[in-house]
Amino acid sequence: MTSVNRPVWLGKPKPVAIALKGLALILISAVVIFPFLVVVSTSVATKKEIDANGGYLIWPAQISFEAYRQIFDGTQVTRSIVISVGVTVVGTAFSLFCTVLAAYGLSRKGSLFQRGLLTFVLITLLFGPGMIPVYLMVKQLGMLNTYWALIIPGAVSAFNIVIIRGFIQGIPQELFDAARMDGAGEWRILWSIVLPLSRAVVAVVGLFLAVGYWNNYFGPLLYLNDTEMWPLQLVMRSFVLENNITTTATHIPGQIAPPAQSIQMALVVIATIPILCVYPFLTKHMSKGMLTGAIKG
Amino acid sequence: MAVNQASPRVKPPHAGKLQTSGETPPRKMPFLAKLWRDSPLLVMVAPTVIVLLLFTYIPLLGSVIAFMDYVPFLGFTGSDWVGWDNFTSLFQDQAFWHALWNTLQITFLQLLLYFPIPVLLAVFLNTVAMPLAKKFVQSVIYLPHFLSWVIIVALFQQIAGGAGVVNRFLITHGLSPFDVMSDPGTFKLLLTTQAIWKDAGWGTIIFLAAIAAIDQGLYESAVIDGAGAWRRFWHVTLPGMRPIIILLLILRLGDSLTVGFEQILLQRDAVGPGAAEVLDTYVYYNGVIDGSWGTATAAGLLKGIVSLLLVLVANKLAHRLGEEGVYQR
Repeated sequence: MTSVNRPVWLGKPKPVAIALKGLALILISAVVIFPFLVVVSTSVATKKEIDANGGYLIWPAQISFEAYRQIFDGTQVTRSIVISVGVTVVGTAFSLFCTVLAAYGLSRKGSLFQRGLLTFVLITLLFGPGMIPVYLMVKQLGMLNTYWALIIPGAVSAFNIVIIRGFIQGIPQELFDAARMDGAGEWRILWSIVLPLSRAVVAVVGLFLAVGYWNNYFGPLLYLNDTEMWPLQLVMRSFVLENNITTTATHIPGQIAPPAQSIQMALVVIATIPILCVYPFLTKHMSKGMLTGAIKG
Repeated sequence: MAVNQASPRVKPPHAGKLQTSGETPPRKMPFLAKLWRDSPLLVMVAPTVIVLLLFTYIPLLGSVIAFMDYVPFLGFTGSDWVGWDNFTSLFQDQAFWHALWNTLQITFLQLLLYFPIPVLLAVFLNTVAMPLAKKFVQSVIYLPHFLSWVIIVALFQQIAGGAGVVNRFLITHGLSPFDVMSDPGTFKLLLTTQAIWKDAGWGTIIFLAAIAAIDQGLYESAVIDGAGAWRRFWHVTLPGMRPIIILLLILRLGDSLTVGFEQILLQRDAVGPGAAEVLDTYVYYNGVIDGSWGTATAAGLLKGIVSLLLVLVANKLAHRLGEEGVYQR
C-alpha cells in the first residue's frame, strides 16, 4: 500500500527516509490539529479541572456540556447565532441571485451592450473605492444599523461572475440553439438548461460566499452600532478576545456555573462547526475551482 | 488580469457563430429589434449594475471628499473645497508615515518568511507516496484557510497567549514566560506566523498543480543521467514551478500596501498602534472613529491609486516573465 504512486525508477525507499517523512507529516498535521484539540477539550471541561491546570486542558478527565447549555440559554449568544445564520442565508441567496443572472446575462458575445457592461463589471477588479466613501454611501442610503449594510454593498464580486460566466460559455452552443428553436426565452433557457448544467460551480461559489458571510466581522463592526444586532463573530470577539463575558442565563441553583474559559472555547467551537460541515464539499471541488480561478483571474 | 482575458480585443474566429446561429443575422439588425431580442439579458444584468453603481462607482466619485473639508451634517454639496489641504496635512502627519512604514515592513517580512513555505510544503507533499496519508494531511492543512480571523486569533491566544499552553509549559518547567500576543516587539512576527498557520496549507494547492504538470519523463531521464534527489529537485521540479512562483511573487508585490486588515484590527489594542498601525487601520481610525473624513479619504485614495499602479506594473511584468518562463520550459 505504501508504494502505490511510486515510479519504478525511484527504487526502494530507505526505512529511515520513510520514518522521517512520516514524522514530518504527523508534525505538520499536529500543528493544525492541536489547537483545536485544546479548544474542544477546554470547552467541555469542568471548572475544577481547568482551575487545577491553569486555564486550559488538552484532554479532559470529566466531560461537562454546561458551557454549551449556558450559551444557548444566554440571550446574546443565542441571538447572535440566529443573526449570523440569517445574514449568511439571505446574503448568500442575494449574492448568488445577482451573480448567476449577471453571469448569464453577460455570457453571449455580441448581445446588446455586452462588451460595455462586461468592462463595467471587470473594472471593479482593478480599482475599488476606499472604505470611507462606501461607508458614507451606506450612511446616505439609511442602511446604517441595518442588516442590509452587511449584505448589499459586497454582494457582487466580478471574480465570481467571471468564474460562473466562464462555465456557462463552455456549455455546447447546440443546446441553446435547440432550446431557442423550441421557442424558449432567455429566462426559460437559464432556468431549464444553464442552471441544471452548472449546478456544481454555482454550489461551490455559493459555499465560498456563505463562508465569507459567516466569517465577516469587519462589516458588522463598521455598520452596526447596536450591540443587540451583533452577529456571532463580533460577540465572539467581545467574549473571547476582550473578555466581556455577559451571559444572562438564569443560573440554576445547586449547579456550578461553567468556567469562563469553557464558555469562550465553546463559542469558538460553535463558530467553527458550520465551516466543518461544508468543508468536505469545499475540498471536493475547491482545488479545481481555485485553479480555474487562478488561470482565468 | 481578467480584464485582458475576458474582453479580448481580437475576437476569436468562432465568435460570430453565436449570433449567426439565430434566424436573423444580427449585424444588420436594427437597434430596436436587438434591444427587444436582448432585453431579458439586460434585465438580468441590472441588479449587478445597480449594486456596483451604488457601492463602487458612486463611492469612487465620492472620493472627491479627499479634496473637501467634509462635514457629514453639511453633506457633499454643503462642505467646503479645500484643494490639496488634506494631502498636505496627511504628509505632515507622523502617524501616516509610521503606518506606511509598518505596512511595508509587514509585506517584506511576509515575502521573506511566508512566501517560500507553501512552495516547500508542496514539494514535500509531492514526495509522499502514500495516497491516504497525503490526502489526510492535505485536508487538515487546507482547513484553517476557511476560519475567521476571530477564531484564528482566539486559537493563538489559547496556545501562545499569557495564560496559554506554551506559557504554562514554560512556567512548569522553571522558565520565564512571555506573552507574544501583547508584545509590540514581536508583533510583526506574530502576524506572519498567524498568516502561515492560516494560509500556507491552502497555498500549496496551486504549487501542487504546477508540480503535477511536470513531465514525468524529465525525472526518468534525470535518474538515468545519475541525478540524485537533490539535483532532480533543483533541475526539474524547481524550473517546472518557476513560472507560477514568479507570477504569484509579482502579484504579491503589486499588493504590497494591503496587509491583513481584519487580522491586525483585532489585535491592535493588545500591542498598541505603534507596532500595529498599518495604512488600512490608519484610514479606519482617522475616518470612521475620529471623523477626519477628508484626511482619511485622502489616505485611502492615495493607497488605491498607488496599488492600482503597482498592480498594473506587476501585471505587465508577470505577463512578460510568464511568457519568458513558457519559452524556457
